[in-house]
Amino acid sequence: MILAASSIHVTLGEVAAALALVAIAAIASRAWHAGLEEDIGIAVLRSFLQLTAIGYVITLIFDENSALLVLGLIAVMIVFGAFTARSRAKQVPNAFWPLLISLATAAAATLGLVLGLGIFDATPRYVVPVGGMVIGNSMTAAAVALNRLGEDVHDQSRKIEATLALGATSSQAVTPLVRRSLRSGMITLVDSTKTTGLIFFPGTMVGMLLAGADPTDAVRLQLILLYVLLGAVSIAALMAITLARRNFFTPAHQLREPPEP
Amino acid sequence: MGASWSGDFVLAFGTASDYAGVFRGASDNRGVLFELQHVTYSRSGKLVLRGLDARLPVGASSIVGPSGSGKSTLLRLLNRLADPDEGTVVYEGKDVCDRDPLELRREVSLVPQLPALIDGSVHDNVAYGPRLAGHSFDARSCLELAGLDPAFEDRDAAKLSVGEQQRVMLARALALDPRVLLLDEPTSALDQAARDAVESTLRGLREQTSISIVVVTHDMEQARRLADYVVRIESGRVTAQGGASEVLDQEVERAIATAEDAT
Repeated sequence: MILAASSIHVTLGEVAAALALVAIAAIASRAWHAGLEEDIGIAVLRSFLQLTAIGYVITLIFDENSALLVLGLIAVMIVFGAFTARSRAKQVPNAFWPLLISLATAAAATLGLVLGLGIFDATPRYVVPVGGMVIGNSMTAAAVALNRLGEDVHDQSRKIEATLALGATSSQAVTPLVRRSLRSGMITLVDSTKTTGLIFFPGTMVGMLLAGADPTDAVRLQLILLYVLLGAVSIAALMAITLARRNFFTPAHQLREPPEP
Repeated sequence: MGASWSGDFVLAFGTASDYAGVFRGASDNRGVLFELQHVTYSRSGKLVLRGLDARLPVGASSIVGPSGSGKSTLLRLLNRLADPDEGTVVYEGKDVCDRDPLELRREVSLVPQLPALIDGSVHDNVAYGPRLAGHSFDARSCLELAGLDPAFEDRDAAKLSVGEQQRVMLARALALDPRVLLLDEPTSALDQAARDAVESTLRGLREQTSISIVVVTHDMEQARRLADYVVRIESGRVTAQGGASEVLDQEVERAIATAEDAT
């Protein structure tokens, strides 16, 4: 195991001191009438409450060391991820089930692989944060991909119907759009993976370095996570698109929302 | 199933007076291509077709009416691009809902109002339908039938004029070797010269093939030029149907009467 056992202690006072920087953001917003002060306040408060709560939950889960509890937490993350992604892909009919299945598959496949290959121990300390990253990134990718698919199907309904009129199945008619949706879902992570270390330092690595880990270990762990995420994101986006694309059509290969005459 | 391009077509096209006989007697279904029975269709909660009854004979017929009357919707029910909420659409004596939609669409091929080509060459577009069906096809003769120079085969479809694209749409429908062509406002996006050319192409199709056509148009005179049988609809209901000159002459008389009343 590459992760060195190291720990630092952060006091609430130090967290409060960091709010000074938030004050700059609030002042800037006020000076330019950006109207973001309230949102910044809500963001600060929510992040504090949510992270503190999840901190206690994670402490509990780490202490309990129960596989059932870990699985339960992963399941909750998947369901919430699917709900959140659905709200971003409004133009896709019945998007929830495709999202749920794709997030669950992405999480199961990638976690299964890293645990099976022995990259991480099957303990809550690894499964919970890695699972969270996998599901979070998968959710974003699936949501962006489906959002794009929904927009494209809506915008190109004439073309799709013209293709159906040539005897194409609904899957065949929507194939040209799938490519672009898949691309939209994956491009952000692919691009950030390309520039990682040059333009931005990924969170895990930063966290480990701050916590006093050896930079080589931090880099290797980050690389593993990046590769896991690439796999997860492609599984999630592809699966969400594959499962959701039929929801635009009736079983008789008709658009549920035909183009305006 | 398909009609051959060079085959005998003479029987398929009668004169308007023949159709008077076609629909005489309910038991005699010969010559009836489509029959719509009490068809109701709504979209986004709005009723588009209201208990519509109509029959379309073998040959060339036209559905006319003002815009928003439900013409295009009616056309899409004929090859199951949509299904009615209530009522039945019968094609050659059989409810279309009992037929495989993909097979039906190859046999009853629809050309939409605006060009909507797939990315690629003209050939890619013409080849698309037959390849899916596993049929053989002759792209060049389809292009010729659609009034397009076969030399266009390798051109990028996206770079053609709207009129040329509309012909590619026609050519790729013809490549399916259909028995019926459904044409939705085939010339509405075109200027007059292109319109005349497309109309003459459609008349040429009548002479060279046994394909029946159903043309949706808002232009009464176009219906007269292209069709022998006319169904007139308004607000989702049939207001007149019969031989083209008969229905259209009534229409002219009605328009004159309305104009005289106004003066």
